[in-house]
Order: sequence, then C-alpha cells, then structure tokens
Amino acid sequence: MTTQQFTGAEMVVKALAALKVKQIFGYPGGTVLDIYDALFQQSDVEHILVRHEQAATHMADGFARATGEVGVVLATSGPGATNCITGIATAYMDSIPMVVLSGQVPTTLIGDDAFQETDIIGCSRPIVKHSFNCRNVEEIPNIIAKAFYIARTGRPGPVVIELPKDLLMPMSKGEFHIEIDVKMRSYNPSIKGHHKQIKKAVKALFEAKRLVVYSGGGIIIANASELLTELVEKLDAPITNTLMGLGGISGTHKNFIGMLGMHGSLEANKSMANADVILALGARFDDRVTNNVKKFCPDAKIIHVDIDPTSISKTINANIPIVGLLEEVLQQLLDELDATNFTPNKEERTSWWQQIQQWRDVNSISYVQEGEQIKPQRVIEAMYKITKGEAYVCSDVGQHQMFAAQYYPFAKPRQWINSGGLGTMGFGLPAAMGVKLAFPDSHVICVTGDGSIQMNIQELSTCLQYNLSVVIVSLNNRSLGMVRQWQDMVYGGRHSSSYMESLPDFVKLAEAYGHVGIQINHLDELDEKLTQAFNIKNRLVFVDVLVDEKEHVYPMQIRLGAIDEMWIKKGVKA
Amino acid sequence: MRRILAILLENEPGSLSRIVGLFSQRAFNIQSLTVAPTEDPSLSRITIATSGDDKVLEQIVKQVNKLIDVIKITDLTERSHVERELILIKVLAMNDKSRTEVKRITDIFRGSIIDIGKQVYTIQLTGDAEKLNAFVETLSNETEIIEAVRSGCVGIARGEKALRV
Repeated sequence: MTTQQFTGAEMVVKALAALKVKQIFGYPGGTVLDIYDALFQQSDVEHILVRHEQAATHMADGFARATGEVGVVLATSGPGATNCITGIATAYMDSIPMVVLSGQVPTTLIGDDAFQETDIIGCSRPIVKHSFNCRNVEEIPNIIAKAFYIARTGRPGPVVIELPKDLLMPMSKGEFHIEIDVKMRSYNPSIKGHHKQIKKAVKALFEAKRLVVYSGGGIIIANASELLTELVEKLDAPITNTLMGLGGISGTHKNFIGMLGMHGSLEANKSMANADVILALGARFDDRVTNNVKKFCPDAKIIHVDIDPTSISKTINANIPIVGLLEEVLQQLLDELDATNFTPNKEERTSWWQQIQQWRDVNSISYVQEGEQIKPQRVIEAMYKITKGEAYVCSDVGQHQMFAAQYYPFAKPRQWINSGGLGTMGFGLPAAMGVKLAFPDSHVICVTGDGSIQMNIQELSTCLQYNLSVVIVSLNNRSLGMVRQWQDMVYGGRHSSSYMESLPDFVKLAEAYGHVGIQINHLDELDEKLTQAFNIKNRLVFVDVLVDEKEHVYPMQIRLGAIDEMWIKKGVKA
Repeated sequence: MRRILAILLENEPGSLSRIVGLFSQRAFNIQSLTVAPTEDPSLSRITIATSGDDKVLEQIVKQVNKLIDVIKITDLTERSHVERELILIKVLAMNDKSRTEVKRITDIFRGSIIDIGKQVYTIQLTGDAEKLNAFVETLSNETEIIEAVRSGCVGIARGEKALRV
C-alpha cells in the first residue's frame, strides 16, 4: 500500500487547515496558481480576494490585532511580493503575528532574472522576524508550522515563506507530515521573569514615593490587561499608556492618566518627568514617547519588563531589567507583593495624586468648538457616544489618529487598531476590513482622513464582494493635516505639497463602489447624520465629514525638550 | 573598544546574510568576519571583530541573539582567549639581497614561504592582528608588497570554557 501523495500546493492548504486557519488574504498570480487551484477544491480555508497585496497584509494584520491569531497572506512572486513589503514592515514594527506565503519562480530559474522574479527573502530580511526558503516539497508543511510558531510566540512578528513554483506543481509530489508542536534548538522564547529581579522590582515599588506605571502594546499582545488592572489597583499607581497600549487598562479607569508622549496628556508626561520609579511594561521608550532622551525622567529608577531583551536599555537605561512574558511577570509581581503584604504608603500616595490632580486640572486634552466649521475632535466624541465606546476603532495615520487616541477612551484591549510604529497611511481601511471579518456583529470604524483613505481606497471593492459593512469616518480637512501642522509650526507656514487640491466627491465615490455615502458639512447635522450612518446595517457607509482644516493636534511636545515640555495649545507652553 | 564575538548558528541558507544585514541595518561596525561550518555540519560558526562602547556591544549581542537561526553568541574579549589570523602576502624578491632579507624577516616572525615565482615570494603567517600588522610593516620597509590577503580573526576561549550546543 502506498501512502497518499500530495502536491506542494495541496500541502500548503492542508497545512493551513491543520493550523486551524479559516481565512487567508491574497491576490493570485502566475507562481501561486497551483495554490489557488488547491484552495478552489476545498472548503476549510476561505480566501479573501483583495484589490492590492498591500491591503492583504493590512487586512491580515487587522485580523491578527483584533483576534490575537496569526494573519495569513498569500501573494505571487515579484510585484505581488514587493507590494506586501509595507504591510510586513507595519506588522514588524508593531509586533503583529503574520505569515506571508509568497510565490517564487521555479528553482531552476532562481537567479536568472526570470519573469516576476524578486528575491523577496532578501527584500524583506530587515523587516521580518524570520523567513524561510522552501527547497523540497515534503518540508513545506513543517516550514509552515514553524513559521506560525515563530510568528505568534515570544515577541510576535511577521514571517515570510518563499514557495518556488516547481514545488507546488503536480510534477513534484510527496507525503504530507506536519508537526504542530514545534521545537527548535535555536529558538526558545523565555517565559518567566528572573526571581531575583522580581524581588528587586518589588523592593523598588515598596520604596517608590512617586510611582508611574507606563504600559505599551506588549500588554495587549500578552492579553495581560486584567492582571495589569489588578496590579495598578493594588499599587494605587497612576498609569499611562503608549499609543499602542491604549485599552490595556480602561480609558475611564480612575488611575488612568491618559496617553503619554508627543501628543499625550500633560498629566501623563508630567507624571513621568516627576516620577521616582517608573514601571515600564511591554513598552519600548521610543522617540515619540521620550522626546529628548538626554533629558528623560532624570530622577526615575526604571523597572523595565519586556519579552524582548533588545528592547531593554536600547534607548533608556533600565535599572531593573526583567525579561519575560508579561502575563507571567505580572503574576509574579502580584504574588511577590502579596507575599510581602504590600500596601501603598497612604500619605505619600495622597500627595502624589494631589500633584497629579493639579496637572489634570489644566485639562490639556480639550478643544473649543467655535466658528462654523466642525472641529475634528468633536466628531470623535460623537462617534464615542453613538457607539457607547464599544466599537473597534481602526485608524489611519495623521491628525485623525491622534484625535481618536485622545478622545475615544478604549474600554478593552484590541479595540484600538492603528499603525503606531511604522505610521503607515492606508492601513486603516484594510485593517478595519480584517476586524470586521473577525467580528461581523460589532461596530467597526475606520477613522481616516482625505489623505490616508486614498492610499487604499480600491479596497472599497473588496468590501462589497465580502459585504464588509465597515463605517468609514473621514475627517476631511482638504489637506495632509499632520504635515500641514508641522509646516505651520516648524516651516514658517509654507504648505509645501500638503494640499489635496483635487479631492474626489467621496459620496459619489462610495456610491460608485456600491456603498452608502454621507457628507456632513454642518455642526448641527453631525450627531444626527453620524447616528444614521451607524444605524445602517449590512452596508458599508462612508461618512465624509468636512472639518476645520486649521485645527492642530494639542498638546504637543516641544522638539528636543524633555518629555513634559509641551505646547498646551497654540503659543501656550505648559 | 575592539571586541571579538563568536556566534554559533544553524547552517541554513541565508543565515549569514541575516547576521551581515543586522550589522548594516543597525549601523554596527564589522572589522572582520569569518565563517565556516563546524565539526557538526548542521552548525556554522562565525567570528566577528567589531568595535563599540558597552551600550552598543550589549545591543549587538542581544540583537544577534534574537535572530532565530542563532543558537549562541559570546564576547570572547570578556575573558582570556586566543585569537589568530592568517595572512598570505606576495612580495617582490628580485635579487639576493631582498630574497635574503625577506627570508630573514619571515623566519623571525615564524612565517613560511609557501610559493616562489621568478620575482616574487608568497609568505604565510599566522598570529594575532598586532603581529600581522608588525610583519606587514617590517616587510614593507624592505621590499614592495604586491598583494596581501588576511583571513580575519578566529578566536576561542582559554581553558575549559567552550562555545557549543
């Protein structure tokens, strides 16, 4: 009796099914036609056809961010693969689990500059967690299993697999074996925090007079938000989130002092600057948080917990580094605090909180709705009210992203989905589509602007095909708002190429793609029309809100200053 | 400060390019790099001579360690170690005087002449970087250097300490 033989293409699909993948995102082309043929003949794995491979990566990315599962992309060799680059880099910067299956020309042609040949392994090398070349048929399933394991464990990230066409075609067949439980001698992501370091950290927490918890995207990735909340309450500490960490603790929690960094709240940045102990959890002290590293929090002892040792002491030196999975380390910290009967010193905490209250009273996250034009912040607030703060908010990149981060307090992790590290315009819509596919019954919003939305506008077509009823809220200021803001503040008001002088009629555009388009031009119709948009079920609604083009995002850190040196509003320093 | 890093990694296609790519991507310096499979053909060993302060070196070690293919990395310069480099050098040896002088210098440095042409000698010498530099300088005072190739250094810890799986 002979064992059943499979083509490489069949093995790819069987391996995905074995890994419980339900949906993959992609675009067909010459080198992957055999995989598409195999997909056609089964029903375990559904293929979502996008209109551009970049969107496939963002869609897989949004899906991964919302669910915590690995997002899977399928693209053909050459341009298909290179179109994935921006999406891979986006996922890499934000540590998102993703597997990209890329076609390649047959092994006999590799290196010959064959039609649609690109060295995608080489192109993507600096922006992947790892990558694999396949060179024989029978290794395909285990390479895919390894890729999934690497993508989702440790600090997650994208993994690229190159599949030459001759391995996928009927001429080469083999037996199918897959080991889902992957073991690798060269890769063992560490799990628990070092016991001595935990003790040191707890001692520092005990002695802290002005403690701040600073948490980032790591909390979201580790599903550690409940433990985080418990820890913050036990410590009675103020907590600030990075842009990536929003939702790690409820945005309405009494200890939450807002986002920190470039457009963070005054109380968050002031608390950091004045802290004597900073407990950094799954955050990486990036330049949009620290401002000038030389002036960064001079008095603070820093406890830094991260799964990735390279994140520790990269930009800011950690006094107590702890490498480990956050869910493990948080539990260890809680246990150790219990073991030592920790209670915060009431007097010291009270005086720290009183100090923080004074910064809170400045009300740095505020705006004035004056004049006829709608303020963009007002739109986010309306969105928050209508969706009761429960929507998935997927953002593009620019002013609208900051307004959404500031004015939509997220109750839960994975509710806020944005390209924080790479800052990829065009991310929002496809990411929202990926989320909607995972959670069809939830409100999924794409907050965007007239600049960003046009970077992946073609996906409106995909939305129609799969009935992805995302609500797009475009804060249309007829300009590239964040660029314009910098030009106003740093470049003498010279608006070089920051205008969109020939914008399409977005309502008609949405309609042309088979969707509903709504334009909002006046403040008095904002709430009503926006409510109407959210009430439309099973249709994608594109809400084009004409907002004040002169509005700037405040507060804003002053360049090269300390973390708490900020413009509170135009011409007013903190 | 000069450092010598020894890296043990999976002998897979592309694993060397990941190391080299990492150094250029993060603006780390490579003075020399050598690589070859070990006695276990599934493993490669790389020796990199680099330089940087403690903070940079800490990042280099962590970043290299983070690569999936890398099994172990150690900074040999942290403790006592032996390092060697090989040089092959072709020099002009046209008359008796220069031939004698080249031979004498080679003997003093414990090198060996491994090839002779009508007008040239090719010499092999091993040692640490400093010895090789001194040799090259001494030779260049006596005759013309036609060509020289250095292997880059390899190193190993002294005593019982070993880098192995």
